[in-house]
Amino acid sequence: MTEYEVLLQQTINGLSLGAMYALLALGFTLVYGILELINFAHFNVFMVASFIGMWALQLFGVSGQTRILTGAALAGVLAFAFVVTMAAAGVIGVAIERLSLRPLRGVRGTAAMITTIGVNYILFNAILLTVGAGSENYPNPLPVVRWQFGHVIVELKEVLIWVVAVVLMVALHLFVNHTRLGKAMRATAQDGEAARMMGVDVDRIIVIAFFLGSALAGAAALIFGLYYNYTSFIVGYTVGLRAFTAAVLGGIGSITGAMVGGLLIGLIETLGGQLIAVRWTDVIIFSILVLVLVVVPSGLFGRSNPQKS
Amino acid sequence: MTEPLLEFKAVDAHYGDFHVLKAVDYTIETGEIVCLLGGNASGKSTTMKAIMGIVRPTRGEVFYEGQTLRGVSTTERVRRGIAPVLEARRLFPRMTVYENLEMGAYTRRRGREFDEDLARVFALFPRVEERLRQLAGTLSGGEQQMVAIGRALMARPKLLCMDEPSMGLSPAYVEQVFDIIREINRQGTTIFMVEQNANMALAIADRAYVLQTGAVVLSGPSAELRQNEQIRHAYLGEMTVA
Repeated sequence: MTEYEVLLQQTINGLSLGAMYALLALGFTLVYGILELINFAHFNVFMVASFIGMWALQLFGVSGQTRILTGAALAGVLAFAFVVTMAAAGVIGVAIERLSLRPLRGVRGTAAMITTIGVNYILFNAILLTVGAGSENYPNPLPVVRWQFGHVIVELKEVLIWVVAVVLMVALHLFVNHTRLGKAMRATAQDGEAARMMGVDVDRIIVIAFFLGSALAGAAALIFGLYYNYTSFIVGYTVGLRAFTAAVLGGIGSITGAMVGGLLIGLIETLGGQLIAVRWTDVIIFSILVLVLVVVPSGLFGRSNPQKS
Repeated sequence: MTEPLLEFKAVDAHYGDFHVLKAVDYTIETGEIVCLLGGNASGKSTTMKAIMGIVRPTRGEVFYEGQTLRGVSTTERVRRGIAPVLEARRLFPRMTVYENLEMGAYTRRRGREFDEDLARVFALFPRVEERLRQLAGTLSGGEQQMVAIGRALMARPKLLCMDEPSMGLSPAYVEQVFDIIREINRQGTTIFMVEQNANMALAIADRAYVLQTGAVVLSGPSAELRQNEQIRHAYLGEMTVA
C-alpha cells in the first residue's frame, strides 16, 4: 500500500465519519440559529437515539453481526430503523424544549443553557442506570460488501452513510429554502421579532428546529452504530463533542457551516490520526476548537455580527 | 357613528421597571393618516409594539375595529389587517427581496390575491421588481425602505403601522417615501406613523399626537400643531428668539 493509497483510504474513512458529524452538528446549529442557545442536551439525545436504533433493529431479530439481510428485506429493515430512530429522537428533542426550555423563554442569561446541561445528565444517567455501563454489540444486518480499487477499499456501509447523509442534507436544504415554514425559520433566525410581526408563530418554529435537529441526530446515531458495531452510554460525549467542534468550526448557526465543518472534522480525525498519531486525535480536534474560538469565533461560514432584534 | 379603526384607552406599558407608556389615549379613524411625534425614548416604538402585540399593556386596553386586542396573538393581528413597517427597515438581510415580500404575506394564501398585491408593490416601487433576486442586506438604504413598505403591503393591511419611515434617508428620498405613503393612503389604507421628521410628517398627516416620556402632551389636527409654538420650537427646528 503506497502512502498515497493510505491517505486516500483515510480520506474515504474521514468522509464517512464527517457525514455523521455533519448530521449531528446540524442539530446544534439549527437550535442556535434561532434561540442563540447551545443545546448541550443534544449530546445525549444522540446517545439515547443510538439505543433506540439498536432496539428497533432487534425487533426484527437482528442481533450482533450474525443475521445478514439482503435486497428488499435489508432495505425495509433499515428504512424502518431510520424512520423510528429519527422520529423518536425528534420527539425527545421536542419534549426537552416544551418541558424544560419553553418555561424559561425570555429569561436572560445562561439559565436555558444550564438547563440543557441538566437535561443532558438526566439522559446520560437514565441510560446508565437502565442499560448499564457496558458497551453493546450493535445489531448490523448489512452484508460485508467491499469494492477494491488497488489497495483502497470502499465498504457498503460507507456508501450507505453517504447516501443517507446526502439525502437528508438535500432534504433539509429544500425545506429551509423552498417551503413556507423553512423560510419562516430562516426569517426567525435572522430577526426573530420582525418574523413575529410578519405573523410567524415563533414557538412553532422553535419546535420544528428542535424536531429536525434531533431527528438528524437520530440518523447520525444509527449511522454510528452501523459503522462501529457498538454503542454505549458514553458515546454522546465522544462523538457529540466532535460534532459540536464541527458546528463551531463551520460557524454555529450556519447550516452550510455545519455540513462543511462536519466533513472537515471527519477528515482531520482520520488524516490527523494517520499523519500524527491516533491517540493525539482528540488533542488535535479540541485544539482546533480552541483555536477557532480565539482566532475566528464566527467560524468559516458564521456571521461575526449577527442581526440582533 | 362608526367606531375608530384603532383605539388606545388609558394604556400603560412597562419594560421591566421602566414605565414606558403612561395612560396613553390614541384614536385612529378609518382612512386617516395619523402621526406620532416624539424624541428618543418617548415611547414611540413601544406604541408600535403594543399594537402588534409584542408588548402587552400593563393597564388599559387597545381596541381594533371595536374589539379588544387583549389576548390576541400577533399572528391573528396580522391576519386581521395590521401590518408593520419596522424601524430601521429590519428586513431579513440574508433572504432575497422576493422572499422578504413573501414573509410579508406569511399569514395569507398564495394565489390571485398574492399576485395582485405583488403587482401593486411593483407599481409603487419599480426598483423593487428590478432587485427581486438580490439579498435584501445588499440593497441601499432607500431601496431597503421600499422593500420594507412593500413587505408590509403584501399583508394587504387595513392599518399600516410605520416606524420612522424617513430614518436614514436622504432628503430627496424622504420626499419620495412620503409621496408614496400618501398614495398608499389614497388607495384605502389607514396609516399610523411614528416620526421624528415632524416637518414632513405634519405635511401629510391629518392629525398628530405628541409623545413625551411616555405621555401624550399634545394632540390635534396637523394644521393646528404646525402653528403651535412648542412644536415649532421642539420639532420643526425653528429657534425662538428670546
